[in-house]
Amino acid sequence: MIFKASTLPRWALLLIWVLIFAAIFAAPSVLPVFRLNLLGRFLSLAIVALGIDLIWGFTGLLSLGQGIFFAIGGYAAAMYLQLTSSANEINGIPEFFGLYGVQELPGFWEPFYSPIFTLIAIWLIPALLAGLLGNLVFRNRIKGVYFSILTQASLLVFFNFFNGQQKLINGTNGLKTDVSQLFGQMVGSANMQRSFFWLTCLLVILSWFLLRWVVRGRFGNVLIAIRDDEPRLRFTGFNPTLFKTIVFAIAGGLAGIGGALYTVQSGIVSPQYMTIPFSIEMVIWVAVGGRGTLLGAILGAVFINYAKSLVSEAFPETWLFIQGGLFIVVVCALPEGVIGWLQNGGVRNLLTRLGWSKPISTYPKLQNSGIDEVQP
Amino acid sequence: MELFFESLFNGVAIGSVLMVAALGLAIVFGLMGVINLAHGELIMLGAYTTYVVQLIFKLPALQSIYWAYILVAIPLAFVVSGVVGILLERTVIRRLYGNPLETLLATWGVSLILQQFVRSVPLAYASGIIFALLVGFSFPFLLPKKLLDGPSSQLFRAVGWFGSAIFGILLSGGLASQISTISRANSRNVDVTAPKWMRGGLEWMNLTFPVPRLVIIAMTILAVLAVLWFLNRSIWGMRIRAVTQNRSMSDCLGIPTDTVDVLTFGIGSGLAGVAGVAVSLLGSVGPNVGSSYIVGCFMVVVLGGVGNLFGTILASFSIGLLTDLIGAGRLLSLWPNMPSPLAATVDFFATTSMAQVMIFALIVIFLQFRPGGLFPLKGRTVEA
Amino acid sequence: MSAHLLELRNVNVSFDGFLALNDLNLSLEAGELRAVIGPNGAGKTTFLDVITGKVRPTTGDVLFKSRSIAHVSEYSIARLGIGRKFQSPRVFEKLTVQENLELAVSQPKQPFSLLLGSLTAIQRDQIQHLMSIVNLQSKSRWLAGSLSHGQKQWLEIAMLVGQDPDLLLVDEPVAGLTDEETELTADLLKSLAGDHTVLVIDHDMEFIRRLDTSVTVLHQGHVLCDGSMDQVQSDPRVIEVYLGSGEVEN
Repeated sequence: MIFKASTLPRWALLLIWVLIFAAIFAAPSVLPVFRLNLLGRFLSLAIVALGIDLIWGFTGLLSLGQGIFFAIGGYAAAMYLQLTSSANEINGIPEFFGLYGVQELPGFWEPFYSPIFTLIAIWLIPALLAGLLGNLVFRNRIKGVYFSILTQASLLVFFNFFNGQQKLINGTNGLKTDVSQLFGQMVGSANMQRSFFWLTCLLVILSWFLLRWVVRGRFGNVLIAIRDDEPRLRFTGFNPTLFKTIVFAIAGGLAGIGGALYTVQSGIVSPQYMTIPFSIEMVIWVAVGGRGTLLGAILGAVFINYAKSLVSEAFPETWLFIQGGLFIVVVCALPEGVIGWLQNGGVRNLLTRLGWSKPISTYPKLQNSGIDEVQP
Repeated sequence: MELFFESLFNGVAIGSVLMVAALGLAIVFGLMGVINLAHGELIMLGAYTTYVVQLIFKLPALQSIYWAYILVAIPLAFVVSGVVGILLERTVIRRLYGNPLETLLATWGVSLILQQFVRSVPLAYASGIIFALLVGFSFPFLLPKKLLDGPSSQLFRAVGWFGSAIFGILLSGGLASQISTISRANSRNVDVTAPKWMRGGLEWMNLTFPVPRLVIIAMTILAVLAVLWFLNRSIWGMRIRAVTQNRSMSDCLGIPTDTVDVLTFGIGSGLAGVAGVAVSLLGSVGPNVGSSYIVGCFMVVVLGGVGNLFGTILASFSIGLLTDLIGAGRLLSLWPNMPSPLAATVDFFATTSMAQVMIFALIVIFLQFRPGGLFPLKGRTVEA
Repeated sequence: MSAHLLELRNVNVSFDGFLALNDLNLSLEAGELRAVIGPNGAGKTTFLDVITGKVRPTTGDVLFKSRSIAHVSEYSIARLGIGRKFQSPRVFEKLTVQENLELAVSQPKQPFSLLLGSLTAIQRDQIQHLMSIVNLQSKSRWLAGSLSHGQKQWLEIAMLVGQDPDLLLVDEPVAGLTDEETELTADLLKSLAGDHTVLVIDHDMEFIRRLDTSVTVLHQGHVLCDGSMDQVQSDPRVIEVYLGSGEVEN
């Protein structure tokens, strides 16, 4: 490739957007409530995937610990919902506290009585935490595999912490949200779930626009420069630590939003959201869709999770085999992901190789250096 | 004082398992810059190997030498995990050389497959498959070279694989018919029973040392000495060190870096197998047993720094000791008159999982002062 | 205080006991063009590393515009006005030529000004001007990774100039270039001196001679001598370190 990977051709982009909007508007009337709810959940995961794409696809930071921020966003939402619907409980605090003999609400729950605080906390707390953790690591120039395994270790640490603290946040049982009340309605009701679906769609699109704005232009170019040659960038006068901290915080905030939406649609948040496999799975959504392509992250998250739910319903035993195979195949054979492959003229290359389409003529010099094609 | 020694002993025992496991990870990481996320599953394979060997020794014919099964299990676990590791290197990791993050993901895929493999394939047949692979791969080394170079080499290879397949099938069938517990797939945890001499403890100066832990420590010392000897005294060890320091120069000097990769990966994976034997002596064995150790291994690698085995050893013992000191709440018994706010904090972290939280925090703080770990690389090679 | 632009005072750098720089003293005046030569292992690259903050001096001090930069971070040193070109060309290969230059000329280099602001007309003109100097105008939309070796060298020099530093450190700019390209590079560097201070490190004696300027010889981390190219080349100590002391003993 000589030129920067252009986006898909205009008509293809337009087509994709039309399809997406058609799907969003058709979904509530076509899909049964159960499937609609699943789709809503997968779309909330797509928001997390967008964040991962920003830090991994563009900046080259492979975080295996996004589950931390995902779960914290979920907990923030669940704490608010628990509080709004526990006025009739003993001591006026959520029911589970009674099981452990806790009489008084722990102090850090107090602010979550406020809906506005909660709406801010959902993204701000994960973002601040990500910024803090990220900065501690980045400022010491810890990167690459070291960064990845540190994120994984911190994930385990947070899992242990949330799992062990029954008296603070109900430990391993997690917090239920489906029977709680919001605006006088059950959160688990069909009506509510439909609203959450719309909300999720809206937020996916907003996140997409936000990230597109971030990665286009010079800021995005700095991210790519960090990925490819960070020391060089430093001698150019940029402070990579600052940029990395910012994007890691953005990704953390997006994970928090995704986690909150996922929680209200699945009816529970628990330390299970912080398990190691789940956080690595998030990375593979982006890898399959195509890292460095925002659309790929969204489509990857939705389709892989959809496939997972279909396969797990039919043959629960085989899903791990399929998932494991997916990791290997994508990484070894399709490193740029499906959307990346399409953008780089994958279809045409495939047709050419099969002999169904003529190779495009290139400059002889370029053919020698093994470059497949030239765009005008 | 007794408490102190007991704590020291437990810490050393925990550190030992961690060390054998992390040593394998660290050698591979030092050589290829690759973190193998399937390392935990190689530990698991080692543990299951111990389990199967133990069941075989329970058969009437071998009952009389049941006490010795551990002596068979250790080398066999080394070989089984080693061969699976080599297979992994040849098929997956080799393609991803120079892309450590991609390797991380691909090896995670392998680990998922291995986990599901032991869940859904009966152990008897799994043993058969691995045995067939083992024989199949060693055939070319056993046969005289002439046969393999000759015109009919293809034929000999085919015959070799065919033969090993037969061996595998025979073994599977035999195991399945003789030992009913492993003839069906089982995803629940299993227990390895220790032979009589390994139960109980040794008394010495009012202290009790549980024998399995002593065995683990002895095993660790042997494994570490063997690795150190191999790396520092043998010709292949020297080649491995050479490739670790400068791959392209080694290539130019005629060192077969390919073979070095395979060998290193085999040894690293084999060590995971040995760690698996130790793990099976400490608790029950299940498909997830490896994943509970892998993060500890990462911590050792991060704390110890790259390319220095001494760092790995020191780091695993420090983590082992700290886990025991914090996790078992021993600080309180060592210092009973601790002021109460401090005591409450110590109490808060006095479980194994909360100890992990504390240790991680300590490591992150440590990295603020020594980002390269205990023994960082120095000089111009650090960052090109 | 000294009026030197850059001054190294008794700088020592040791890697695990090995002295890469040994009591190095050197100063540069504003507007000067200086060449530094030295045999392999003389500490030339470490010398640049110390100035740009990649390596910290074990003892001694580095002053830039009369201010100590021995413990200032790399990016701050770059912002103070020291630019560096690496030995092998290092450009951002996944960015286009234009984008590489945009990053170089961006001011200030803060995240939010990059997100919210845009390039000024002057900066745009500057980019066009830089591209025309190094002859890459027609390739402005090419990925830097697909440029030839010589073009990458030039792109990196253009980026360096785009940073608008007071001091340019140039490490082996003509390695792997054709004679013609070497000639052009020498002229380019000479034209930069005056407005900027330029320090060139190279092995290529023909190239250094073409620069026609004062030369400093480094040997074992220490300044061996300086003077014009002719003076230096006839200095017996220089001949000795280049030809090896073994011959003298024999």
